[in-house]
Amino acid sequence: MSNFVEMSIAKAINAGMRKAMHDNEKVLVFGEDVAQLGGVFRVTEGILDEFGPTRIFNSPIAESGIIGTAIGLAMRGYSSVAEIQFDGFIFPAFNQITSQLAKIQNRSEGFLTMPVVIRVPYGGGIGAIEHHSESPEAYFAHTPGLRVISPSNPNDAYWMIQQAIASKDPVLFFEPKRRYWQKGQVNLDHPPASMHTAQVLHEGHHATVAAYGPMVAVALQAAEIAAEEGTSLEVIDLRSMSPIDFNTIITSVMKTGRLVVAHEASTHVSISSEIAARVTEQAFYHLEAPVIRVGGFDVPYPPAKLEEKFLPDADRILEAIDRVMGY
Amino acid sequence: MSAQESARVPMVQLLSPDGQYGVPKEYAEYAKYIEELTEADFLKFYRDMAVMRRFDVEATALQRQGQLGLWVPAIGQEGAQIGSGYGVGHLDHIFPSYREHGVAITHGIDLMAVLKMLRGVNHGGWNPDETRFHLYAIVLGTQVLHATGYAMGVKFDGKVGTPNLADNQAVISYFGDGATAEGDVSESFLFAATNHAPIVFFCQNNQWAISSPVNSQTTVPLYLRGSGFGVPGIRIDGNDVLASYAVTKKHMDDARNGGGPFMIEALTYRVGAHTTSDDPTKYRTSEEVEYWKARDPLDRLEKFLRRQGIGDSFFEECDAAGEAMATDIRAQTFALGEPPIENMFQHVYSEPHPYIEEQQQWLNNYEASLEGGAE
Repeated sequence: MSNFVEMSIAKAINAGMRKAMHDNEKVLVFGEDVAQLGGVFRVTEGILDEFGPTRIFNSPIAESGIIGTAIGLAMRGYSSVAEIQFDGFIFPAFNQITSQLAKIQNRSEGFLTMPVVIRVPYGGGIGAIEHHSESPEAYFAHTPGLRVISPSNPNDAYWMIQQAIASKDPVLFFEPKRRYWQKGQVNLDHPPASMHTAQVLHEGHHATVAAYGPMVAVALQAAEIAAEEGTSLEVIDLRSMSPIDFNTIITSVMKTGRLVVAHEASTHVSISSEIAARVTEQAFYHLEAPVIRVGGFDVPYPPAKLEEKFLPDADRILEAIDRVMGY
Repeated sequence: MSAQESARVPMVQLLSPDGQYGVPKEYAEYAKYIEELTEADFLKFYRDMAVMRRFDVEATALQRQGQLGLWVPAIGQEGAQIGSGYGVGHLDHIFPSYREHGVAITHGIDLMAVLKMLRGVNHGGWNPDETRFHLYAIVLGTQVLHATGYAMGVKFDGKVGTPNLADNQAVISYFGDGATAEGDVSESFLFAATNHAPIVFFCQNNQWAISSPVNSQTTVPLYLRGSGFGVPGIRIDGNDVLASYAVTKKHMDDARNGGGPFMIEALTYRVGAHTTSDDPTKYRTSEEVEYWKARDPLDRLEKFLRRQGIGDSFFEECDAAGEAMATDIRAQTFALGEPPIENMFQHVYSEPHPYIEEQQQWLNNYEASLEGGAE
């Protein structure tokens, strides 16, 4: 029998990090304000008391320095969990992530590995000021050498952070910040599938909705509303944006013949763009309708008073469902 | 600041341009490191500087003949590199930029590893854990943060300032005057200082960042750059191999023993082009180049050695060693051949990856189909 505990996503990430820190004394946690404060979202709360300042410490406010030194620590045999305080603050570290972290294993012909996890609270819906609501995952999914994942629920949060820390490759771990306080059951004994496996959360047969991170809850809500109207939606939680588990998506599309992909990020050259291209290529004869992308608009993330109109909601997903059902 | 102002900044010089050894009293603390040296050490310094220069000449020729995609000359910087390289201990780690061929020589790196990279066979590919000489870094300043993180790790491992001196470790990070303008270098000073990390920042100020003179990167002497972050520094005559050795040795010892970070600015000169793609005649005068050639690091040590009674036979021996090396690397370069296609797909991730497996398979099939069509 498994041991289940109810936790929020934030607490589950915290518990997963502590487990990883217990299991491997080379795991370090650092970033801006992560120690005494426990991070601006309190995701690292209590870790300082439990593990002390040699395992978790505040970094100077210098994102390139945070990732650049994490690379050097990896060369020395440490596994770093580096927090970038907000999505919009990751860009000073972009060079170290894409030109160094992603490439060093390849550059060294495998002599060096880069076990670095970059935790990034991301996405909107919290009424924040500019740079605090962005979804930059596609930049990193485009870069060979990186792994990019996002949990949508506490059980995945607890296990996927541990899987990310255990990986020898760099992992961008995007945390759906508006869902941090969403609670759910965590199975402390048995991990779910690997962090790169998509999961069907709701079975259906008329159309498939694929989403990840904060949009999974929206997709599930859309499926409930659709069911009341007699439309059966299959909801897939992608969990991983690089690599993407195309097999699970295509298996579903072979059943439903229709696919809508939803995320908060701007739609142009996004995760949904790649999925639309792949599904068209690999399941063309199974499609009854074009793949429709439901994402943020191709504008800078708007001021908080307008974000409700920027972010896709259940109605926008259902509007797309109406379109794919119309073919 | 102008070159004239720059020349007035005090710097550690133990060997004058005419080869006279002398220790100014303000630099007396460095004398003991030279006094510990034997004649064999001085000869080793010279031999390696001569080999480094000959390597550079040969690599330039190989590039001109199409055997290398690019060459990055380091002529004129032999004193800074050979001296500092020998000042680094046998457990210390070295983070080069992309011009540290001489430092590589002092730590036994197979020079073919460097040539392979410049030929375009791979991106480096030597084992930094084994050599302690890390991979060349092309994006300016990036490696300085890696060095700093590594040094933080050394400290976390408890390998700094222990009573067991032979067990302690430190890190040296090389970079140029141009790289000091990069934010990563400033962030490195900060992280090193706040962590009291065992690291020496070794800046070779060769006065030119491609076509930009050093006064476009800084308005204060570079050895002062770290001080606002809590990293003290000193300027040395980078064309004086003895100053380079002694000052590096002392500050690496200090870092290893818990003294924290330190910066060395080695004032030298890039006699050659930035790379074989560059044309320095477009932005600097031949008078300037001649001025620095008269301060050549090899000539200076040769004068010193001849004063010590070292005769022609030694210098002929060095020439012969350089020629033998050049013949050897020339032959090895011609024999390098093409890397196998599958190398492109390897070590992108530590585990099998669906996209890469699929794309490699596709390319194999595609290549096979082309071969079939040609028949």
